[in-house]
Amino acid sequence: MTDVGRHPRIKLYTLSEVVDVKGYVGNFQVKILKKARYVSEKECTACGECSKVCPVVRPDEFNLGLSSRKAIYSPFPQAVPSAYVINANECLGHNPVVCAKCVEVCDKGCINFHMSDEEAVEHVGSIVVATGMEPYDPTEMDEYGYTRFENVLTSLELERLVNAGGPTRGELIRPTDRKRPRSIGFVQCVGSRSARKGSEYCSNVCCMNTVKSTLVLKEHYPDMDVKVFYIDIRAFGKGFEDLYKRSRRLGVHYVRGLPGTVEENPDRSLRVAVENGATGTIEYYVLDMMVLAIGVQPSTHTQKLQEMLGLQLNPDGFFLEAHPKLQPVDAATRGIFFAGCAEGPKDIKESVTQASAAAARAIRLMHRGEILTEPITSEVMVEHCKSCGKCADVCPYHAITVDVKKKKPAMVNTAACAGCGTCAAECPFGAITMNHFTDVQILHQVDALLEEDPQEKILTFACNWCSYAGADYAGVSRLQYSPNVRLIRTMCSGRVDEEFIWHGFAKGAPVILVSGCHIGDCHYINANHWTVKRVEKVHRKMKKLGIRPERLQLEWISAAEGIRFARTMERMERLRRGVTAEEIEKTKAILSQGK
Amino acid sequence: MNKMETSTGAKIGVYVCHCGLNIARTVDCAAVARSASELPDVVLAKDVAYACSEPGQQAIREDILERGLDRVVIASCSPRLHEPTFRQMLQSAGLNPYLLEMANIREHCSWVHMNESDAATRKAMDLTRMAVARVRQLKPLQPERLPLTRRTLVIGGGVAGIQAALDLADNGYDVVMVEKRPSIGGTMAQLDKTFPTMDCSI
Ligand SMILES: Cc1cc2nc3c(=O)[nH]c(=O)nc-3n(C[C@H](O)[C@H](O)[C@H](O)COP(=O)(O)OP(=O)(O)OC[C@H]3O[C@@H](n4cnc5c(N)ncnc54)[C@H](O)[C@@H]3O)c2cc1C
Ligand code: SF4
Repeated sequence: MTDVGRHPRIKLYTLSEVVDVKGYVGNFQVKILKKARYVSEKECTACGECSKVCPVVRPDEFNLGLSSRKAIYSPFPQAVPSAYVINANECLGHNPVVCAKCVEVCDKGCINFHMSDEEAVEHVGSIVVATGMEPYDPTEMDEYGYTRFENVLTSLELERLVNAGGPTRGELIRPTDRKRPRSIGFVQCVGSRSARKGSEYCSNVCCMNTVKSTLVLKEHYPDMDVKVFYIDIRAFGKGFEDLYKRSRRLGVHYVRGLPGTVEENPDRSLRVAVENGATGTIEYYVLDMMVLAIGVQPSTHTQKLQEMLGLQLNPDGFFLEAHPKLQPVDAATRGIFFAGCAEGPKDIKESVTQASAAAARAIRLMHRGEILTEPITSEVMVEHCKSCGKCADVCPYHAITVDVKKKKPAMVNTAACAGCGTCAAECPFGAITMNHFTDVQILHQVDALLEEDPQEKILTFACNWCSYAGADYAGVSRLQYSPNVRLIRTMCSGRVDEEFIWHGFAKGAPVILVSGCHIGDCHYINANHWTVKRVEKVHRKMKKLGIRPERLQLEWISAAEGIRFARTMERMERLRRGVTAEEIEKTKAILSQGK
Repeated sequence: MNKMETSTGAKIGVYVCHCGLNIARTVDCAAVARSASELPDVVLAKDVAYACSEPGQQAIREDILERGLDRVVIASCSPRLHEPTFRQMLQSAGLNPYLLEMANIREHCSWVHMNESDAATRKAMDLTRMAVARVRQLKPLQPERLPLTRRTLVIGGGVAGIQAALDLADNGYDVVMVEKRPSIGGTMAQLDKTFPTMDCSI
């Protein structure tokens, strides 16, 4: 921690938040809001005189309210920066006549009530998102009595109680009588693995954190009765099983089952009822103290950052990586990386590993001092552009700017453009060319596909990342399907222009399939949302024109879903057989009259 | 025939790969090459044992130089596998790497229609024709070089942010770290001992 504080290459903003990010990979402009500290970071030597005289006493959040602090305080002894900070909402001193006792005792004159929030702009080439997690707040877990019974604590509170730097100098005491508890019970999976409260996922660290705590307790207090109530103990990491075994050897009592009810006895001890899954009986225990092994939740700012940076979240609310196996620290947006619990619950070792990986990925991107952009980007044909702004609306990367009011034509920022081609598909005036996947190129493929015996062909558009890869996977798995299938690859299903579909039907295609990544998995953030809208639009038009909408299908197939691909193709083949020569001729006639 | 099938004056070389027997067991590669040779602008069409092997690539390179090919179609495995290989090969022969098109006649054809040799061969012909139609329309492209700021923003000063910042800074990159609380350290700073080492957290 202190290394960060004194590293000449690290500029540290504390009490600060990122409020706006503009630009793109290689060149981001970041606006940072730095809240006033009211104490000079440079001058303050953390002597603590100010704190002594401050009359305001408040619960100390670092110790989770288990101790108190003043309105001017140091967050914790090893804090970086070490400078004190004033909580302006608690301080009486905005009017120095009222208080200002701290100002009087600070010889160096570090305290300044006139400091105000400041905004700074920084230019960077890459971003590492390491916003971590929020421990689960078990207030809603009424069955464990966290808010009702003082002797029910969270695991994080216990950490502070056994910490030598904590409120009790490391002496474990029971909150109600400040005596050492003779018995203590840990409840696992609090806020995790539950469909009702907290989260459905496993929080990954609480089992081992409990095992650790039992070892610490048994080391200090060998006679203490320590129990753990659990569903199953997840000790999957290197060296974890050893610790778990040691804990059992030291006499920690592991009870398979979570408490059903917790009640308080007159002496403030806790009566716990558990259905023991190992014996099938209901057991009752009396414990002096209980510790809830709380889970890990996404950090509160996750959604705000996600929107600001154009990132994606997985259903659990953590940031979604570009690829779960092969790009685990990259965001789908180039130049942004994830480290630590921001991407999902994990322990320190994994957080650190990921952080080093993220740093290496960022260096890999930056070391040349320039970036080479893939030329598969879109281009505006200015003479056709009517400045309607549609392309800018649909671009998942905000890579296109159009001044709709001043009627300035669209401009593509090629560095930010990732090449999905949605803009080209959506432009009502055909004013955008998607390089390497131009209308002409794709229409020629459609023509060649339907040149001979079109009634037998299954024209399929497949996106490079998911459905085309899914077809590859079907091949690798040797899954057999109809040989009538012909794929046309685009980078994204968002590229599939309405025109391609009409053209295909006009040339005699019996059926057409548009396929892409599942919603939420799109390689281009959310470009496939536009695919859905477009296909729905074409369906409506088909109905109006008297063409059976079933002949146009939309399917999501991931890179791992070879079986789904093969099944979809068989379904398409059945559909194709149901389309008669007369129906195809009729469609061609309808379309030749103009839509 | 088809109005779009007309010549653009391109000089296209088509290579139909056997991939050992992976393709050739099911698809009649020589027949696919023959059918391709009749397409407009196709100067040369061959079936080859392994297009991706070094001798295979060298032979194509020589054709490009000797026959003056300006576009290449390779009917073989998935472009997701060897597109980079063949793009490099084109570049080394002096062609723009984007003037390449691949027809996937292995993953999308020979491997998935193993018992339907005739149909698979017809499909391979179609896929190759589609590739020729496309390659004819391709345009040379150049990657763009853009300047970049060698500096990283790290959002969050927990153990992960700290590690990333130090790794970057120690490698000579400037770092801006933004932490919302008055001190860095995150959750780990609040812990007493930590598993698996059971030592202090700070
Ligand atoms: C009770 C408990 C016990 C644990 N015990 C262990 C253990 O013994 N061993 C072990 O290996 N792991 C343990 N862990 C897990 C460990 O705490 C995490 O792996 C580690 O803290 C993850 O680090 P991080 O940097 O990803 O996130 P965090 O530690 O959560 O740090 C994130 C930082 O980012 C800041 N931040 C968040 N949002 C923003 C924003 N928008 N702008 C600016 N700053 C922001 C936060 O203020 C915080 O400082 C435990 C976890 C808990 C809850
Ligand atoms: S780590 Fe253990 S306690 Fe935590 S959620 Fe997973 S199983 Fe439950």
